Amino acid sequence: MHSWLLLAEAATPKGGLFDLDATLPLMAVQVVILTFILNALFFRPVGQAVEEREGFISTSRAQAKEKLAQAERLEADLKAQLLEARRQSQSVIVEAEQEVDRLYREALALAQAESNSQRESSRRQVEVQKQQAFAGLDAQAERLGALIVDRLLAV
Amino acid sequence: MILHLPLAELEVGQHLYWRIGNLNLHGQVFISSWIVIGALLAVVVLGTRRMERDPKGLQNLLEFLWDYIRDLARDQIGEKAYRDWLPFIGTLFLFIFVSNWGGALIPWKLIHLPSGELGAPTADINTTIALALLVSLAYFYAGLSRKGLRYFEYYVEPTPIMLPFKIVEDFTKPLSLSFRLFGNILADELVVAVLAFLVPLVVPLPAMFLGLFTSAIQALIFATLAAYYIGEAVHESHH
Repeated sequence: MHSWLLLAEAATPKGGLFDLDATLPLMAVQVVILTFILNALFFRPVGQAVEEREGFISTSRAQAKEKLAQAERLEADLKAQLLEARRQSQSVIVEAEQEVDRLYREALALAQAESNSQRESSRRQVEVQKQQAFAGLDAQAERLGALIVDRLLAV
Repeated sequence: MILHLPLAELEVGQHLYWRIGNLNLHGQVFISSWIVIGALLAVVVLGTRRMERDPKGLQNLLEFLWDYIRDLARDQIGEKAYRDWLPFIGTLFLFIFVSNWGGALIPWKLIHLPSGELGAPTADINTTIALALLVSLAYFYAGLSRKGLRYFEYYVEPTPIMLPFKIVEDFTKPLSLSFRLFGNILADELVVAVLAFLVPLVVPLPAMFLGLFTSAIQALIFATLAAYYIGEAVHESHH
């Protein structure tokens, strides 16, 4: 083909830096074919992979956000429940303490009353026995006095 | 000055010609482009063989590239239309990037050709013009398929005075795209070759690193401009 600029080294009629020939269209066809091959082997699959991952990331982020919100809701719920339970247990404790106090006082009062009555009855018994003993002593002393009188009179 | 070091010969403008019918092909461009495309496809196939939700190894790299290209296309073309053009922009970027770096990193000189030498496919003007014309077709197609004949309103916006400039732009866009890429990559290869020819050790290294940097930047520029042109064509002006 036609050569526009021949350098000194290129002595043959052909050649040169600006030698345009059928290389040009064939190279263009080759690049177009390469475009289709690369599209099938590279751009489409890699693009799909990247976009799938982007989709995966955004959906998992949305899911994670949802789960986080749910967890926060549950946490608030549980905190409220915990607070309620604490209050209940507190009131149960107070009630139990009051109950124990009451039972203690009742038992104490009962025991005191019983001991009082027992003491009273034993005191009465002692009194009765003392009376009896005194009565017995009186009789004996009388008898002894009579005896002494008898003896003295008899002498 | 006749030096014959095995790794430091300079050949410019010589090609390995293949003939198909009465058509001439630059064989070395196709050989190196097949190697480059093969490497690219191998990485892609290996990396996408087992796609997992937790990316590992090559899949990570490929997803990073995909993300990078998507951001590039989305920024330039816009949210609505970028999906259709992502594979094209991405292929341009990857092909040019791998070609440029392949040209700099693969020791092509170890393979001897009867004529010409292997190098970056993008250092041949045919390749870059092919890519630039594809970009031109792409943005015309993008504009026409999205807006129909209203696409040509673009030529008289904001005022009809712009018409000649916009028409000239349609020619300068592929011209600047192709020559920018071609010139940068060829110049980089020549600089490294000349330095290696003069001082075979150490001295070419900084130029080589600079070349890697330039190569990456050129791939990015080409892809970004292609995306920008497409974005300009599909852009709906609200007025």
